Amino acid sequence: MIAIIDYDAGNLTSVARALSHIGFQCVVTNNIKEIERAERIVFPGVGAAGSAMDSLKRLSLDFAIKKAFADGKPVLGICLGTQIIMGHSQENDTSCLGIINGEVRAFPSEMKAEDGSSLKIPHMGWNRISIRNNHPVLSGVRETDEFYFVHGFYPAPADAAHVIAETDYGISFASVVGFKNIIATQFHLEKSGKPGLALLKNFCEWEPF
Amino acid sequence: MSVSYESGLLYEIPVAVKILFRERTMLSKRIIPCLDVREGKTTKGIKFKDNVDIGDPVEMARFYYEAGADEIVFYDITASHEKRDIMIDVVRRVAKTIFIPFSVGGGIRNADDMRAVLLAGAEKISVNSAAVKDPGIISEGARSFGSQCVVLGMDVKQVGKSEKIPSGYEIVINGGRTYMGIDALEWAMKGQDLGAGEICLNSIDADGTQDGYELNLTALISQSVDIPVIASGGAGTPEHLFHVLAEGKADAALIASMVHYGDYTITEIKSYLDSQGVKVRKTW
Repeated sequence: MIAIIDYDAGNLTSVARALSHIGFQCVVTNNIKEIERAERIVFPGVGAAGSAMDSLKRLSLDFAIKKAFADGKPVLGICLGTQIIMGHSQENDTSCLGIINGEVRAFPSEMKAEDGSSLKIPHMGWNRISIRNNHPVLSGVRETDEFYFVHGFYPAPADAAHVIAETDYGISFASVVGFKNIIATQFHLEKSGKPGLALLKNFCEWEPF
Repeated sequence: MSVSYESGLLYEIPVAVKILFRERTMLSKRIIPCLDVREGKTTKGIKFKDNVDIGDPVEMARFYYEAGADEIVFYDITASHEKRDIMIDVVRRVAKTIFIPFSVGGGIRNADDMRAVLLAGAEKISVNSAAVKDPGIISEGARSFGSQCVVLGMDVKQVGKSEKIPSGYEIVINGGRTYMGIDALEWAMKGQDLGAGEICLNSIDADGTQDGYELNLTALISQSVDIPVIASGGAGTPEHLFHVLAEGKADAALIASMVHYGDYTITEIKSYLDSQGVKVRKTW
């Protein structure tokens, strides 16, 4: 069973629907016991880092996620979940879970495209990823595959070894981060068509150790 | 030989390198089929060459998902409010079928309507005439669900420039029958300030003509706001999409009849755009 962490942060059912579609059982839950029983954890989220951390603490889910990671269970972060596993976020100056060292930063406000036009923030739409460190969850990704992003902040791991893939949008940022049994995407793999579902399936079959 | 950026360019950057750079650093322009739905049925089915007509919005969504649509827009044109639950059921079934973002507009009057559609699985909701009548619905939606969920739909007609309508483009509702005395450019800026995450800009003048998008209007709005603009109304050929994405500076283009009636496939449209140097999503 896969547990999708429920902490009042956005549309969690979309991840559940995607998992069901590819044939994996899951439960959307904030119940600590249920999370402990689960074999895999998905940590999604849409919204702001500050209120997300408040909700996680109120529900004691911060410990539950850290424990799942310490226990060696495969953990998948998505979008805001990916930012929350980092050490600190510039958004609302928030202390986060610190599973991966590094900061979550805002995109610079005056980024220009090659033609001189201003790049819009948030980074919203389809973009590519370039793999920096091979990872089983990214196996099968084609160079032309694109993924759906919606975000104004991005994770910046302190250690380059934790940058699994990068995406360019004005700057080059880590769009997939990973460390031991955690892998986390800044994009919404549940909304990225078949290439996204393929990564989700890879995660469901991933044996990190 | 190494070339340092500080020393200035020693030679012209080859075109291939420029294209590579563009491909790496740009978001793809989105191609978005639009489906009008009345009481759970699409009003224009997909007509294939063998004349099979699919009228089920869920099946049409699946078809376009498989065909490479980057997003799908549904407009619920059900007249009777009592029958609006039918649309919620459609949204729920679409969400189980396609795994790309989709938005729902039409008949959304308040935050409860928005919540129902989002909980059913839509990524975004689009407000149009309800926002003209009560702009507070935009900020309420943005506060409750996040700006990324709120699309401001604008129906616009060209009028003479005047003190009241300095841009020469006026907001209309009721399919263009009612002029609201609001300048389209001012309304777009206001919508952004209120928290809209995106604008779907529909030219009533171009809508249904298949003669091309309203380029001046699209460029005017796109270059004035910081949020993405989806151009709507007038698409008939891939060239029309190229013009609105390149000259019109739109971030996305809405298409309807040109694909519903089988004149073009999304692959054909994207291949053309790609050949013209517009970055599009090529594999799915």
